[in-house]
Amino acid sequence: MATALAPTNRVAMADLKGKVDPDWCPGCGDFGVLSAVQKALVELQIPNHNVVTISGIGCSSNFPGFINTYGMHTLHGRALAVATGVKLANHDLTVLVTGGDGDGFGIGGNHFVHTMRRNVDLLYIVMDNQIYGLTTGQTSPTSRLGMKTKSMPFGNIEAPVNPISLALAAGATFVARGFSGEQKHLTELIKQGIQHKGFSFLDVFSPCVTYNHDNTYQWFRPRVKKLEDDSVYDPANWMAAMEKSLLWGEEIPIGKFFERTDVPSLHEAEPVLNTGSLVSSDTQIPLDISRSFVDELM
Amino acid sequence: MKKTFAIGIGGAAGQGVATPGDIFAKIFSRRGLHLNAYNAYQSIIRGGHTFLTIRTGPERVSNMGDRVDLLIPLNQDAMDRHLGLLTAGAACIYNSDTIKPGIAAEDVAMCPLPVSKLADITRNKVAQNTLAVGAGLSMMGIGFQGLEEVLNEQFRKKGETVVGENIGIARTGYDYATANFKPFAWPLPMMGTRYAVLSGNTAMAMGGAAAGVKFYCAYPMSPSTGVLHWMAAHARKANIMVRQVEDEIGVVNMAIGAAHAGVRSMCATSGGGFALMSEGLGLSAMMETPVVVIDCQRAGPSTGVPTKTEQGDLWQMLGAAFGDYPRALAAPLDIGDCFKIIPEIFNIADRFQCPGIVLCDLLLSEGRLSVDPKDLDFAPVINRGELITSASPGRNGDGAYKRYKITESGISPRAIPGVPGHTHTAASDEHDEDGVLISDEFTNPAKRRAMMEKRMRKVAGIEAAVPPPVLWGRHDGDVTLIGWGSTKGVIEEACEILTEQGISANQLQIRWLVPLHGDAILDILNSSRHTIIVENNYSGQFARYLRSETSFVPDGHIRKYDGEPFMPHHIVESVKEQLAGNSRLSVPAHEILV
Repeated sequence: MATALAPTNRVAMADLKGKVDPDWCPGCGDFGVLSAVQKALVELQIPNHNVVTISGIGCSSNFPGFINTYGMHTLHGRALAVATGVKLANHDLTVLVTGGDGDGFGIGGNHFVHTMRRNVDLLYIVMDNQIYGLTTGQTSPTSRLGMKTKSMPFGNIEAPVNPISLALAAGATFVARGFSGEQKHLTELIKQGIQHKGFSFLDVFSPCVTYNHDNTYQWFRPRVKKLEDDSVYDPANWMAAMEKSLLWGEEIPIGKFFERTDVPSLHEAEPVLNTGSLVSSDTQIPLDISRSFVDELM
Repeated sequence: MKKTFAIGIGGAAGQGVATPGDIFAKIFSRRGLHLNAYNAYQSIIRGGHTFLTIRTGPERVSNMGDRVDLLIPLNQDAMDRHLGLLTAGAACIYNSDTIKPGIAAEDVAMCPLPVSKLADITRNKVAQNTLAVGAGLSMMGIGFQGLEEVLNEQFRKKGETVVGENIGIARTGYDYATANFKPFAWPLPMMGTRYAVLSGNTAMAMGGAAAGVKFYCAYPMSPSTGVLHWMAAHARKANIMVRQVEDEIGVVNMAIGAAHAGVRSMCATSGGGFALMSEGLGLSAMMETPVVVIDCQRAGPSTGVPTKTEQGDLWQMLGAAFGDYPRALAAPLDIGDCFKIIPEIFNIADRFQCPGIVLCDLLLSEGRLSVDPKDLDFAPVINRGELITSASPGRNGDGAYKRYKITESGISPRAIPGVPGHTHTAASDEHDEDGVLISDEFTNPAKRRAMMEKRMRKVAGIEAAVPPPVLWGRHDGDVTLIGWGSTKGVIEEACEILTEQGISANQLQIRWLVPLHGDAILDILNSSRHTIIVENNYSGQFARYLRSETSFVPDGHIRKYDGEPFMPHHIVESVKEQLAGNSRLSVPAHEILV
């Protein structure tokens, strides 16, 4: 379904502007993610009707309404399952999944793991603010130990999940981390994630200015170090990526941790799709085939 | 009374109960005999007890019946459990090396097979089964050739030696019976046609393929797993994407995703899995993305009895997901209908952009029935509804497309992703005509009301698209039996028996549960003399539903919730009891120990 674009039909930022403006709190990290996604689509010149942006529920999951592509604003935690169905039915579409840490690692944790091991060809962007925002500030699966929230007023006693290590262990074929405060870097990661053939996971530090007073822009800025600046770091090395993923504290790596391109994505591995996408295939089963189905029963 | 012949084969799981059953089924259906097979089994892979009933005859056989004519116990336990079922004219073929005969009723023929003398049991562990099949066919008056043909097909893959050995053993059993056992009084006729034999699960899967399903996904759960197995085995030939998903929440959402992208999409589960899908049903309704979900009921609540049947999920279907939304809910009436109902409900779901639920049960899902191959129509009517799959002039790119446009019918033309000029967001949140959320910043009571009314207007359209039920049998019957879904066959036979016995009985069988057509039902029932609702659950779920929709209260109820299906005599005796004024609620006991 991809259409070649005439020069006059070049994709511009204005084409990707949603019907309404984001209603995120002023200063929210998610604004930076939205504009980075729009810039990436313009730079890659992907027409908006060939993009489906799919989310679950939460502040960041309102994302599809703020960008002009096909969008699905689904159930809490279920975006990846819905997105897998979309991609398998029409693999000519570019599928972006956007959501938060609670949506993806909490209620959607099961789908997160399984979508990665299936290597579904999509880009999953988690706007990770380490808090539940839309429900007014409770502990999330990435909230740090000891963090005080409305649901754990005496401090979190549960260890947070490490999304990068988890993604590496689950078999994601592209694993990266961005920071909403690093626009150019983030846009580049989004472009790479879209272009990667397989499951691309992009965890983005997207500070919540209202409910998370621990992990702020000021807290992240001195800590984040770009992996791209490390001349010896090799993102093809899974063990090195795993090791880097464990770094947390004075130095927190951002950038592309890992990529491998030798694994077929789910739709490539399925012979049923060899002749084209499901949505473009004939509805009726050829007579000789349907007859053979009945003959088996005789 | 209908002439039928029933075989009961009992044994432990893993002892090979299924194979002789399959062989008999093939031979009968190729003779143009109808058949119905029901396997009472347990959730155990090896051991325990299973009891397969195959009932055959020249006319349509709609249920397991009341009588066993030939019992083949494969172990002592099966002999002990079931010999008592046999009455005059019946026979029992058993391995006299390992099984002690019990005390049989008068005129029941006990037919011992000295298995170790007839076959080399060190080489062939299931020799007793093959001998019994041969012996049984001889007594039924069926020539050996049909058996030879089936054994050839069955063992072809294992090589000529195995084929020859099995045919030899079968022949020995056949000849031994011809020489030693009295044939049955009624030799099974040859009808000169052939039937397909299939389970309800296979029928629903094939019905899906016929309906143009392109995406099927599931999580294994008895008794729905057969749908997944057929789909997986035939996916490549039928060009269907089949996925096994991590849980039923993933299943329904993946199916909705595929449906949203524009293909017909289906999934199947049982009550427990359906409970997990509930929120997804609401998503399908709110985004107006059609999806078809099959629920194969088993005895609940919770894990319940995974291998036993029940009609206990009706209220779960009626209440699935919160809020009001249009849905279609249909219960197939028999295994042939399991095929037909799938293209029908897809047309409803597609036209009205809502979820369609097929409420099946273990009895149909795992039972098997002979079906005329002509009834397995792979070119049914397909109506995808108002679907925009390409940009046409006048619609393209003007930004005027409204996915949830308010219309008189409540149906808004649905553009699938990839079509230029129709970008929009489909949301689980309440939204305006153009898809913008009216749940957060832009809440608006008037808009919310308009959207609710738009969606709910589709209910009237669905009602008009689905035919109301009709009364079967004489309109001035002494009693009207009301059932829904899978009880069709057994109620039908009970009506025949009652009528023969001088009680004229007619039947109202409900196939479409939503829409129900309450007025049409009331018209029928208000002129009935005595009304009894028959259903396979404890609380009378359909009776309560009918009352809630129509205020109708029947004269009596016949219910069963022991995990086993009704047999005709259960209904016949209960009706007589109730007509005599002795009861208004009958709960017949299941006499077969399974």
